[in-house]
Amino acid sequence: MADKIKIALYWGGTCGGCDVAVLDIDENILDVAAMADIVFWPIAMDFKVSDVEAMEDGEITCTIYNGVIRNTENLHMAKLLRQKSALMVAFGSCACFGGIPGLANVTDKKGIMEKVYRDTISTDNPDFVTPQPVIEVPEGTLTLPDLYDTVTCVDDHVDVDYFVPGCPPTTNLIMTFLGAVAAFVNEGTPLPPKGTVIASDKTLCDECPREKKEKMLTRIYRPHEIEIDREECILDQGVICLGPATRAGCEAKCINANMPCRGCMGPTAAVQDQGGSMLAALTSILNITDHEHELSEEDIFEIVSQVKDPLGTFYRFSMPKSLLKRSVTEKSGGK
Amino acid sequence: MSTKSNEQTKTAGYETFEPKILVFCCNWCSYAGADLAGVSRLQMPSNFRVIRVMCSGRVDPEHLLKGFSLGADGILVAGCHPADCHYIGGNYRTRRRIPLLKIMISQFGLEPSRLQLEWISASEGERFQQVITNFIQHIKDLGPSPVGGG
Repeated sequence: MADKIKIALYWGGTCGGCDVAVLDIDENILDVAAMADIVFWPIAMDFKVSDVEAMEDGEITCTIYNGVIRNTENLHMAKLLRQKSALMVAFGSCACFGGIPGLANVTDKKGIMEKVYRDTISTDNPDFVTPQPVIEVPEGTLTLPDLYDTVTCVDDHVDVDYFVPGCPPTTNLIMTFLGAVAAFVNEGTPLPPKGTVIASDKTLCDECPREKKEKMLTRIYRPHEIEIDREECILDQGVICLGPATRAGCEAKCINANMPCRGCMGPTAAVQDQGGSMLAALTSILNITDHEHELSEEDIFEIVSQVKDPLGTFYRFSMPKSLLKRSVTEKSGGK
Repeated sequence: MSTKSNEQTKTAGYETFEPKILVFCCNWCSYAGADLAGVSRLQMPSNFRVIRVMCSGRVDPEHLLKGFSLGADGILVAGCHPADCHYIGGNYRTRRRIPLLKIMISQFGLEPSRLQLEWISASEGERFQQVITNFIQHIKDLGPSPVGGG
């Protein structure tokens, strides 16, 4: 095909690492440039929103959207890009299931404003001046995007065709996805079915190279408390590794750097709730001995209390897509 | 609406509040215990729905979180007493799972006592009646769950 396809990249509530990951595909970027014109990419290129607004509906072949829906601007852009694109891709952990910004669902807009603009030790703001969505100044009206109370994901609002998880997605995953698009464009190979997660369907343990034994932990260590052996399963050594509850496809990058999995690839296809899945896996191997019936409920509480911050550990990347989605606040509370 | 009338409405709501309670019973002990309570015609409130599972260890956190997300006001998991499990150690897994899950749901802002683990054997029909009655009363005192479609 002579005509190049059009690709747009956009960031919602995110750190920018996903955009860097796209740049990080090395010389492969030349293949992308040969196949596609990039028509919108705020981090790297000087196109304006008005350029996107001027396009026909469906004119962009593929929008790669990274980041969560944190504020009104994120949502507006997600809707606009969906309208202008044939394919919409949720790219990275934040776009797929909330990522680190999703942990803000333990609080709400009011809590965030108070913490950031008043309560942190380094803040001196006696009048509690906070950013306002609309403000009148002599020169006219100024507006800012308004925060939502709850972090949501792009597929909660618009139709999403594919999901590429990872924090950030690895070069292999990016090339797998772009390769599928290129094969479709150049050779007419059918695209993967809609809704496909571009990664493995198995758990990380399946591709983890370490030696695994019969599991029973005597105690839990945090990563800084022990020197982790490089050959043996990290979970077997007592360090919480989210491998059993996390989708494979990342080539076990953290494991190979001798760090436990933190779950950035999200839950596997078989479960809805990554945190619940990991909690079930961990509690099944948590210091159960032949003397179990001699233990009191207080002893049990002491054993499970070794898990510091279970919500933050088990839902580090997936809180907005967990079954409970957010913590109860005064506003959402039914009482 | 004044604060006072708000409070009155709330109180009125609590009086008529009939909680939705989910009970997971293991096949070998607690379900038989519930059955015994039934055939013995022991009186108890009818707010609860029993789901039979083969073992309390089969109750995945996902089942419980799904229950809460759909509006359950309280969930009771009942299994065999320690050392009595039909599968030798299923209830010991449950015994780790529920306390840790209680810590986690409290981080979500849900009262941990909305989730309860009890050991009820096949011969303890009376105990089943007491546990259910007390749990439902406790949830009535707590009020409706702050999450979900309830």
